[in-house]
Order: sequence, then structure tokens, then C-alpha cells
Amino acid sequence: MRENLTQLSYVLAAVLFILGLRSLTRPDKARQGMQLAAVGMLFAVCGTLINHEIVDYRWIAGGLVLGAVIGYPLGMWVPTTALPQRIAISLSFGALASVLVGVSEYYNALHGVGETIGTARMAALGFEVLLGSLTVTGALIAFGKLQEVLPGRPITFPGQNIANGLLFLIAAVLLVIVIIDPTQSAAFYSMIALATLLGVLMVIPIGGADMPVVVALLNSYCGLAAAATGFALGNSILIICGSLDGASGFLLSVLMSKAMNRSFSNVLFGAFGGGAPAAAVGAGGALPVRAISAEDAAIQLAYASRVIIVPGYGMAVAQAQHQVRELAELIEKRGGEVKYAIHPVAGRMPGHMNVLLAEANVPYDRLYDMDEINGEFPQTDVALVIGANDVVNPAAREDKSSPIYGMPILDVDRAKTVIVLKRGMAAGFAGIENMLFHAPATSMLFGDAKASLSKLVSEVKAA
Amino acid sequence: MLFLELYIFVLAGFVGYMVITRVPPLLHTPLMSATNAISGISLVGSLVAAGSHRSNVATILGFVAVVCATTNIVGGFLITDRMLKMFKRDDPKVKSPSESK
Repeated sequence: MRENLTQLSYVLAAVLFILGLRSLTRPDKARQGMQLAAVGMLFAVCGTLINHEIVDYRWIAGGLVLGAVIGYPLGMWVPTTALPQRIAISLSFGALASVLVGVSEYYNALHGVGETIGTARMAALGFEVLLGSLTVTGALIAFGKLQEVLPGRPITFPGQNIANGLLFLIAAVLLVIVIIDPTQSAAFYSMIALATLLGVLMVIPIGGADMPVVVALLNSYCGLAAAATGFALGNSILIICGSLDGASGFLLSVLMSKAMNRSFSNVLFGAFGGGAPAAAVGAGGALPVRAISAEDAAIQLAYASRVIIVPGYGMAVAQAQHQVRELAELIEKRGGEVKYAIHPVAGRMPGHMNVLLAEANVPYDRLYDMDEINGEFPQTDVALVIGANDVVNPAAREDKSSPIYGMPILDVDRAKTVIVLKRGMAAGFAGIENMLFHAPATSMLFGDAKASLSKLVSEVKAA
Repeated sequence: MLFLELYIFVLAGFVGYMVITRVPPLLHTPLMSATNAISGISLVGSLVAAGSHRSNVATILGFVAVVCATTNIVGGFLITDRMLKMFKRDDPKVKSPSESK
């Protein structure tokens, strides 16, 4: 009877989760759908609490309370600019939960107090713990890079890929050993140690701008580890959710890689931008750059009838999204039309710019994907680029020798005039010279994005 | 039993793929935080580990797992809701409360 109730709650939860994810296809229905998904989670948890295997509720109650106390600030207080690292750290938590469940199952079985482990179950446990441990440390490193506790640039050493490959091979061999003979606990625990090390080594060589792919991929790993937990425990709701999560992460990382015109393996093993950026920057030193004052830029904006704003990571760093919206409203009040062009990999995670602008009360129907808006640049009076670089570099379209050749970009260079807000002339993450900044139609407004925008706002008001 | 589980895994993967390909890039960040919250379902495994009292080691590990998973569920659903609340349509008739002072 109890068992049936539990299963029923899982079925309900699965339905509500899928409906919740489906609601995310419609921005106006999404909130309601996700609230239903949260109810589904409540069902699943209550359904589990009546499980007859649970005899002692003290640790459970403590864990639930402590988790809620930590979770609340992570949900309510984290600023939207810090979302990428917030997601990364929670991937680490999720994977850790999977690993710990796996280890405790294994420990119980090994000491004769749990169910004995068959080959299939051991394979699931081993896979879960291997993938989980790798994700725990990988996501921690990603967190460190995004939070800038660790340097964001790729950290590489000679023979890195070979070393990683060897480590992975050893971990895989250990996994096979444990599957064949589950009593080999030394192999099991060494596998965990190796996987945690591997997680660090895999993410360390990946640069900050590639983080969208990495975070999405770790999301996928985290889901697969949860699914493996489901196989190990014979729990179908875990399998379903793990599979959903895995599919979502996988899909996002494919989309992100495509948006950078790079393969998975290139992102993971390429250590992009680690090469010789100095030479490329030096070559551009002699090219002309037209700097513009805030006053002149404001006049251009004030009398423009079509403006497209192109936000990039620089806007997130300067937390300038509110000033952007203020400027856009002023231009609209004067009769101009303002749209936002969002590149899929702008920022440090998928959809990062959209959330920042939504937070600043920019209506979401003004935010356009790359494919939707690229045709409109030739009719645009002013394209305002805020802290974006590689995603607007025309070399990706024209220069076959460029490392980013083939990457889909926003065709900002086709606009009638371009104003670029930028700190200085430093090259972008990829270390590639951007000819857009030297084009005759482009003027550069140097300085912190937030300060520049505030100046623009007051100048447009006065114009 | 194993094959039944494999069926579930594969079919859920298909459903996930079908549903998630239709999520617009606009909502990719809420999608990530939502799947993150949902993957907190590993709590159901952690609860059994923490409460079945088979060995002290398992209980402690289960306890930590319960904390981690609950953190993700609570934090994940809250932050997803907070984000989704921010996405507003441009509708001149219905002004959002923050705009009309």
C-alpha cells in the first residue's frame, strides 16, 4: 500500500516536471508551470518520506532544515550578474549528493548491511560515482573561474591532454575492476580520487568565454549521474529526472558550441586563446581608431530613428543593464525605435543577457535572437555595442585565416554607424584583432560601461 | 527490470529532447536553473540513505546529501521563479507596478 502511494507520487511528480519544462517554451506561462513543478517535487519528497525503509527521521529533518536555510539565500539574494557562478556551484552540490548516495549504498553493501550488489547495479553505482565526482570538482573550478577567485584565462601545461587521457583511462580501468569484483573497495575509492582530480584538470584549461559550454556540459553530467543513481537504486523518478536534465544540458552545450562554430572536443581540449595573442594585438596597433565624446555619441543616438543595442559580457561586469534601459527609454520617447540583439554566447552562460535585461524591466519582446535581427542592421542608424567583442567581429565572416572564422556573428558592421562602448583597446577573449573597431563608420566611446551610459543618458536628456 | 529502466531512461531522454528544443534562447538561463532544481530529486535517494539507519557512515553521508539536494531544490525553484517573474511583455495598457510610480 505504502509502496503504491510512493510510486503514485513519483508518477505525479514526473508529469508535473515535464509540464513545467514544457511551460518554459512560453515566457508568459513559464512561471505558473515551474510552480507546478515545485509542487511535483513536494509530492515526490512526501511520497519518499513514507518509505518503510526509513526508520529514523532526525537526520532527515536536520538535513532538510539546513538545506532550506542554505538554499533560500542562494535563491533570493544572489544578484543576476552572479547567475553563472550560482548555477555552477549548484551543479557541484547536485553531483555531490549523487556521489554521496552512491558511496553510502556501496559502503552498506560492502559491510553486509545493505542489498548485495549485482554486476548491473555495480556498473550503475560505479558510473554514477565516477561521473558525479568529476562534476563536483569540475563545477567547483568553473565556479572559481566565474567568481574570479581563480584566473579566468586557460591554465595549461605541456602534455595536458595526454595526462588527462591517461588519468581517465586509469579511472575507467578501476571502474571495470570494481564491476567485475565489487569487493575491491580500494579500486572504488581510488577511482573517486582520480575522478575528482580529473574534474579539476578538465576545467582548468578552459577559458572564461567558453564557460557557457562547460556549464551546460557539466549540467548534462550532473543529470547523467542522477540517472545512474536511479539505476543503482531501482528508482524510476530519479532515472526520469536525470535523463531530462542530461538531455537539457547536452542540448544546450551543442547549441553553445554551434554558436561559437566549434566542436565539443575543440572547446574541451583546445584551450582556445592560449596560443599567441600578443602578435595579433601588436599587428593592429597602427590601425586608426576614432574616439568619440559622450556628447557627440549622445547626439547621434538622440536623432537616430532605428537603434540596435548589442550587449556583451562587459555590460554584465559593469552591471550597466539599468542604465541601458534608461537610455533606450529616452531614445524611444524622442521617437526612435530600440531593439536588442542577443548573441547566443554573449555573457558567461546561455541566456545570460536576457535575464539581465529582463531584470532591468526591458520587455522581452524587444530582445531578438541573432537570426531574427541580423537582416535589420543595414537599415539601422546606430548600433550601440556595449562590452561585446568577439561576437561582433567581422573577421568571423570574412577572414579565412582568423581563428574565429565561421563563427556566426551579429552583423553590426553593416549598420550605418556603430558606437562601441569599451574600456580600452585590449583584444577580446580570443585575443583577436577586431576590424570593426577600426571601420570608418565606427566610433569608440572609451570608459566603464556604466559611467559612459550614465553620461549618455544625461546628454540625451539635454539634447 | 534493468531493461524496463533502460526504456524509462531512453524515453524520458526523448521527451526531454523534444520539449527542450522548443525552449527559446530567451529562457535558457531559467531552463538551466529549472533543470538544476528538478535534478534535486536525488533528494529521494538521499532521504532513504539518511533515514534507513543501516550504518553510521551511510547515515552521515546521507545527511550531507540531503543538505546538498535540499539546497538545490529550495534555491533552484526560488531563483527560477525570481527570474521568470522578471520577464515581462511590452504592453502599454498594463503597466508593470515598478514602472508606474
